[in-house]
Amino acid sequence: MNVAVAKTGSGRAVSDLFASAEGRLPGSPAVVAVRRQAFDTYERLGLPHRRIEEWKYTDLRALVGEVLPLAGSPDTAALSRAMEAVKAHAFAGACKLVLVDGVFAADLSDAKALPSGVSVTTLREVLEKSADLLTTASTDAVISLNAAMATDGVVLSISDGAQPSAPVQIIHVATAPSASAFTRSQVRIGKGARATIIESFVAAGAGAYQVSDAVLLSIGDDADVAYIRLMDDAPDAVNITSQFVTVGANVKLNYFNMTSGGAVSRLQGFITFTGEGSELSLNGVNLLKKTEHGDLTLLVDHAVPNCMSRETFRAVIDDRGHSVFQGRIIVRPDAQKTDGKMMTRALLLSDEAEADNKPELEIFADDVSCGHGATAGALDDNLLFYLKARGLPEKQAQALLIQAFVGEAIEQIADDDLREHVIGIAERWLERRS
Amino acid sequence: MALLEVKDLKVRVEEREILHGLSLTVNEGEVHAIMGPNGSGKSTLSHVIAGKPGYEVTDGQILFKGEDLLEMDPEERAAKGVFLAFQYPVEIPGVATMTFLRTALNAQRKARGESEYSTPDFLKKVREVSKSLNIPQDMLKRGVNVGFSGGEKKRNEVLQMALFEPALCILDEMDSGLDIDALRIAADGVNALRTPKRAMVVITHYQRLLNYIIPDFVHVMSRGRVVKSGDKQLALELEESGYAQFEEAA
Repeated sequence: MNVAVAKTGSGRAVSDLFASAEGRLPGSPAVVAVRRQAFDTYERLGLPHRRIEEWKYTDLRALVGEVLPLAGSPDTAALSRAMEAVKAHAFAGACKLVLVDGVFAADLSDAKALPSGVSVTTLREVLEKSADLLTTASTDAVISLNAAMATDGVVLSISDGAQPSAPVQIIHVATAPSASAFTRSQVRIGKGARATIIESFVAAGAGAYQVSDAVLLSIGDDADVAYIRLMDDAPDAVNITSQFVTVGANVKLNYFNMTSGGAVSRLQGFITFTGEGSELSLNGVNLLKKTEHGDLTLLVDHAVPNCMSRETFRAVIDDRGHSVFQGRIIVRPDAQKTDGKMMTRALLLSDEAEADNKPELEIFADDVSCGHGATAGALDDNLLFYLKARGLPEKQAQALLIQAFVGEAIEQIADDDLREHVIGIAERWLERRS
Repeated sequence: MALLEVKDLKVRVEEREILHGLSLTVNEGEVHAIMGPNGSGKSTLSHVIAGKPGYEVTDGQILFKGEDLLEMDPEERAAKGVFLAFQYPVEIPGVATMTFLRTALNAQRKARGESEYSTPDFLKKVREVSKSLNIPQDMLKRGVNVGFSGGEKKRNEVLQMALFEPALCILDEMDSGLDIDALRIAADGVNALRTPKRAMVVITHYQRLLNYIIPDFVHVMSRGRVVKSGDKQLALELEESGYAQFEEAA
């Protein structure tokens, strides 16, 4: 199933990927047709590579090479391993919705005891009636492949005005080594609702697996939402995720991603303002070591006037790690009074660490305030010496300064306990480093 | 045994020799003032004792309680009881003062094989110490030295001194950037920490500080050497005559 080979003539291997999975993919005949079409698109394009501008720094042909076969449905042993992982990574008090190897695991989830205002079904069920969730405006190869192959996902809805008593946490667990999981979820936040959604990616013993995820997040007018994504996959895993976010009027959204695992990862977020008066705080942290490659690509489309977006990105890169941040802000001709800014900083812990920052501003309105900034540098020797002179060993002094560095992005998380949960993951990354 | 023994110390920074065979002996409980003009090597001496990188010791030795200090990393020296109060304490945004103090204190205790403080015990200790030094609690809630005035930064150094209870305190130009009131407050803090066991090395350009921290011994440094030693009278003489005579002598 080597895509590079497919490109040079042997299309059969790629077709096998779909053909061997097709019998296990849920959906009505209409869905099957949509999947076939999406797969055709993928087959035509192949994995994205460096000559495609959006993927210039994340060449999946070079980094990943081939798409692994679809993971089988998890057996009892896999589910019990997954349960341990869920226990270890659950946010205390959250309502858990668990996907194991791309399949919703009802027994590991709290789907029968949902907080008031929260309703949940699965992609599998929805696809029996409609193919809508498989279609998006984008024809990006990885999004098309996800549409063709998605086995399951969470279809979550928070009703208008609801303020669920607990955050909802979607936990993706990988138990199958050397296999792929394809998931696609929808999260709808009703008007005036106030909710916290957490999404976690973890491994339960599996290695060298691949995750392809897509999320369709829509936020109704006047909602107040925190969307916290924590990608802590196995060190040799691949995670490619695409998120489509539409934001109504007068919304407050805190969108946060932290990448602390995975050999190759990319989160591409396509965020569109559809109503005026909304404020977005988009924050990202990449923690990379060894030869890990982490990419955060955000496209913020100010399609309407009077909205604000703030992007804060921090990358900590050790060894031969490679961090990519691509931030594009589009201000449409009518989107006057737009206030869009992004700031990205990279901390390079070794001489071979690499950070690529690509900010792009496309401004078609004339009364706007937009800007971007980027820095890259090492830890400050004077700060390190101060801490060591106070008794901190080198690694501990570094850890304190690294925490402070990423803290600027993490502190945007308003909830104290959730912030501590995220800091805990960053601390474990730092412990693994030393 | 002397607490600190600096013997014939020669130090280079980027090929240039800054200290040309400096010797100094400090016993328990003594307060030594080191005075000298700019560029005489005072701060270099304090940095080398604390273990700051960038200095090459080409000859001589530094013994602390009889142990070779130059063989130790800065954090080992701290755990052994060497404390450098910085001339310009750094600001560390994002690191809460309390986190920093607890991490540092416990790191030192761990290195000495002592039990680490629990959070409640630590908080209790910090409250006691900061109260005795008149340090407002809200200063402790901020990032390390972030937005502190010159005087607050120096008081934070004194607070750390009180918390870590070092055997040797080196005060590097403690008076720089302080007005007279801030200086008095910081000096009062230091005096409160004088004990029959604890030694201090007070590095200063001006005699002024020594009105508040009264030294037992005064050494004059010039061009990388101690050129004259005496008691506190020597500092007063310097105030009268200036450093020029020693510049020529050195």
